[in-house]
Amino acid sequence: MHAIEVRQLTKRFGPLTAVNGVSFTVDRGEVLGFLGPNGAGKSTTMKLITGFLEPSGGYAKVYGHDVVEEPIEAKRKLGYLPEGAPLYGEMTPRGFLEFIAEVRGFKGSEAQRRIAQVVEKVHLEGVMGQRIETLSKGYKRRVGLAQALLHDPEALILDEPTDGLDPNQKHEVRTLIHDMARDKAIIISTHILEEVDTVCTRAMIIGRGRVLFSGTPAELAARSEYHNAVSLVVRSGTAAAAKRRIEALAGVVRVEAGAVADGHVRILAMPRNGVSILADIAEAARAGGWEIDGLAVEAGRLDEVFRTITAHYQDDTFIPEGRERPRADRAAP
Amino acid sequence: MNNTLVISKRELGAYFATPVAYVFIVIFLLLMGVFAFYLGGFYERNQADLDAFFQWHPWLYLFLIPALSMRLWAEERKTGTIELLMTLPVSLTEAVLGKFLAAWCFTAVALMLTFPIWITVNYLGDPDNGVIVAAYLGSLIMAGAFLAIGSCISALTKNQVIAFVVSVVVCFCFVLSGFPMVLDFFSGWVPPMMLDAISDFSFLTHFAAIRKGVIDVRSLIYFLSLIALWLYATTVAIDARKAS
Repeated sequence: MHAIEVRQLTKRFGPLTAVNGVSFTVDRGEVLGFLGPNGAGKSTTMKLITGFLEPSGGYAKVYGHDVVEEPIEAKRKLGYLPEGAPLYGEMTPRGFLEFIAEVRGFKGSEAQRRIAQVVEKVHLEGVMGQRIETLSKGYKRRVGLAQALLHDPEALILDEPTDGLDPNQKHEVRTLIHDMARDKAIIISTHILEEVDTVCTRAMIIGRGRVLFSGTPAELAARSEYHNAVSLVVRSGTAAAAKRRIEALAGVVRVEAGAVADGHVRILAMPRNGVSILADIAEAARAGGWEIDGLAVEAGRLDEVFRTITAHYQDDTFIPEGRERPRADRAAP
Repeated sequence: MNNTLVISKRELGAYFATPVAYVFIVIFLLLMGVFAFYLGGFYERNQADLDAFFQWHPWLYLFLIPALSMRLWAEERKTGTIELLMTLPVSLTEAVLGKFLAAWCFTAVALMLTFPIWITVNYLGDPDNGVIVAAYLGSLIMAGAFLAIGSCISALTKNQVIAFVVSVVVCFCFVLSGFPMVLDFFSGWVPPMMLDAISDFSFLTHFAAIRKGVIDVRSLIYFLSLIALWLYATTVAIDARKAS
């Protein structure tokens, strides 16, 4: 039995098909990352799995419990952080978590024990008596996480858990997810591609409600034209010769040379179909006696793969969000 | 059942965590007093009863209860907490019932705080306290019907102002359904039997007997089934509209 099983899941809103025949499974110990442009269907898929929305077709099961047929059993197994971490603003984190504990069926000292545990996990100690609406975005997100983790669920669904957090908080949340991954099945959605690399065991790119790619982060990176590309830094004197020599190699499709900086030039050699070209280049460097100050093989650029895969699915308003960029940058067309 | 109580408790706590509860109670008591003493002529009537007080309840509820019920679901939908609530292991019926009970309990508290007028009438004369108890109970049950209507309309929108205005209009139709301004609207195009049924829907008619101390079982059944019906409609409304 899979922890989470989704088969041909479909959701239509009138004429719009938000989720279109999505199938996948997640097992204990896996962290599945949902990637995709805004409006691709990531959040809708999550709302279907958590039973907030009813599917128009297909099904979702959590540890064998169909979320439509046995919603209460499925929801007991699930912890869920909805998009934007909605919370009751007039409550304090303590009051709110006590409410969640009661709904989850924990009473008295057991409830207090679990609250203390989860508060320590997400570092809420200092703000337990403050009204939630007065908390910073980072703290609100943590209250949302605490709520999802309180019953130590076997399956966890987190919709953009690190959105709006500062780099330190992002790192903390990622570490938290990573630590929990061993005995849980986790699905997270994110815009941040490096997050996929650091916390996910599997990545899935969704566009226009369909699964466009599913595989390990390494497989995703391997799709990049930069996969196995070699970058080397040479003294500017030998740069021209080096560039010509590398261009002549059989496995190299293109060579890019950067500008001269500090008397050095960065040269990037792109391999044909991702073949390994490091040995050839090293050989040529030895033979030519180039003065090399740096040599590295690229794993692949996730943002570039992401753009390539979702390119056909973009509408006019979509702004590709690759690596993290400042907000102002993102807003630019 | 336990979940219903847990949700009720949280909801009731939310009323008192914000100024909503205090503002509502103060205005409620103020208006109750104004209506009973000035418009109802409590002293001038020279009778040891609280009819001058109770007769205005439907009219006060008409505006005050929608102000209470408008936030029940509209706010959850606006802030997105409905997604949190509906993904907890709680059934929709439990959630609807829990929130409704909280609002009803709150109304009961507000109503109980009108007790000074009861003390006053006992101080001044020798009223039939049985009648007064019956009228209080009847008033509370009628308030429940107003709340159930408001709950359903609140579930249909994210906007509390719309929820308030529409609730007032719908409640107004129920309050006055035995009167010409509502009946004229229906007469001519609905069958006479239906017209009779509509005229029987009037809150005023049903409450008129209760406030005189006559607990008519039919009126009780009327208000209770109205509550059940509108709460059921609330669950249907939430199911249909929670996504939008």
